[in-house]
Amino acid sequence: MTTLKQLRGSAAIAGVATYGCGESPGHTDMELLAEAARRAVADAGLAMKDIDGLCTASASATMWAMPVVEYLGLRPSYIDSTMLGGSSFIAHLLPAMQALASGQCNAVLVCYGSAQRTATFGRREVVASRRYLDPQPYETPYEPMQPLSAYALAASRHMHEFGTTRRDLAEVAVAARAWARLNPEAFMRDPLSIDDVLNARMVCDPLTVRDSCLVTDGAGAFVLVRADRARDLPREPVHVLGTGTAVWNRQISSMHDLTTTAARDSGRAAFDMAGLSPRDIDVVQLYDAFTINVLLFLEDLGFCAKGEGGAFVRGGAIAPGGRLPVNTNGGGLSCVHPGMYGIFALIEAVRQLRGEGGDRQVAGARTALAHGNGGTLSSQATAVLGLAQTL
Amino acid sequence: MTNSSTTSKPTGTGVLARHQAELDAGRFLIQRCGACQRAVYFPRVLCPHCGAEEPALVAPAGTGAVYAVTTVRRKPEAGGDYNVSIVELDEGVRLMSRVEGMPPADVRIGLRVRARVVVPPGGSGMVVFDAITGDAA
Ligand SMILES: [Zn+2]
Repeated sequence: MTTLKQLRGSAAIAGVATYGCGESPGHTDMELLAEAARRAVADAGLAMKDIDGLCTASASATMWAMPVVEYLGLRPSYIDSTMLGGSSFIAHLLPAMQALASGQCNAVLVCYGSAQRTATFGRREVVASRRYLDPQPYETPYEPMQPLSAYALAASRHMHEFGTTRRDLAEVAVAARAWARLNPEAFMRDPLSIDDVLNARMVCDPLTVRDSCLVTDGAGAFVLVRADRARDLPREPVHVLGTGTAVWNRQISSMHDLTTTAARDSGRAAFDMAGLSPRDIDVVQLYDAFTINVLLFLEDLGFCAKGEGGAFVRGGAIAPGGRLPVNTNGGGLSCVHPGMYGIFALIEAVRQLRGEGGDRQVAGARTALAHGNGGTLSSQATAVLGLAQTL
Repeated sequence: MTNSSTTSKPTGTGVLARHQAELDAGRFLIQRCGACQRAVYFPRVLCPHCGAEEPALVAPAGTGAVYAVTTVRRKPEAGGDYNVSIVELDEGVRLMSRVEGMPPADVRIGLRVRARVVVPPGGSGMVVFDAITGDAA
């Protein structure tokens, strides 16, 4: 039997790519995905015919792996299309590592694409059709504006229990924008101040439009291979030291505690497998669908105590030059958010470890954490990544 | 608030349908597990706490407190702002609902509330809450 500890570092990310981030009018989800996939495979120094494992998910197509296989011309021996919302592509890591370790496959392509911003069948239509395909009969009658209302409810509770303020939430958005201003790929790069966030249009109290993620187009892909093979490929391998996934609920009203997410379990699993703790992490990428997410995940992943997220981020502490670099690409708040952001968090972690961050590069980063969230604080997946020297 | 403490179990309909039928008739029911005695909401065919067979539908006291709150902002011409709350019933379960009879901005966490079933003309019954004022709180 292979233990999780034995899987530590057994696989490495050998190639990454993003494509079409921002606005890509006239493109389909599949076209964006395929271009990112092609570039990630090339980045890994491989050809598409080398890909014998596929992980992918879509917010709209329920049998999405099949058209992706068809479009890319694959004949995979390993397929995972598990759909856990935005955490999916980080959740895909552990089964893919097991498939690689067992020899079921040799090179896994993980890929996602969405033309959510410019597609005619966009977010509004997906939300409308979900009422029938994925009903929530105990919440929908009250017309929550989902997903925003769910996160606003969690934020209200966090403020009530811990004295967290709207200004604390604004710190998260301002830090994300400060990083985005250093990233040419980021969609929103104009200056943003605390007052700008506080004075922005309120959508669901206490969250304003500036507490909310972007709606963009975009695609991301990465290639996972066994560590020994990664050493022979052109890019510096980024090893998966640990990873974990946890789900406790679907609906916000079913959450056990609105201020504690299943990231507490996914994070513990990832750190246990990695044999590391939060203080060992050089750069952090958190799924920031809304500003409250970052506070919740900093707490649940152990970067600070429960309730201290607000204090932790004050004074630009997660912005460039702060005590902990968080969401160095600008995150879902300012860089890119085509419906399911998790794969972009992972790709930014890889770019930082490879030293490809340009103006936003965190000097000497050897370890990174990427965390995905899905649904309405429903699914959580965490990955701890490291360079060869951390093995 | 309801005139029956436990409903009989009609055949041929699921727990969602029976719960909704009670709401349509003006009655708000939750579940109580016969095995572990814990309250359950939303109603389902097994106890999510202990796995026991379908908990019985029972009438809650109907009182509780606002646990989390948001105001959904909406243009005045579309009907204006409205409240969405998560209410924790005194039985210990939570549900999404709204607090009526007061401005959305005045709904606060901890506010004591009482359940009421509204049945829109031709629509489905749903549970809403009113603030409990004065000594009744
Ligand atoms: Zn039970």
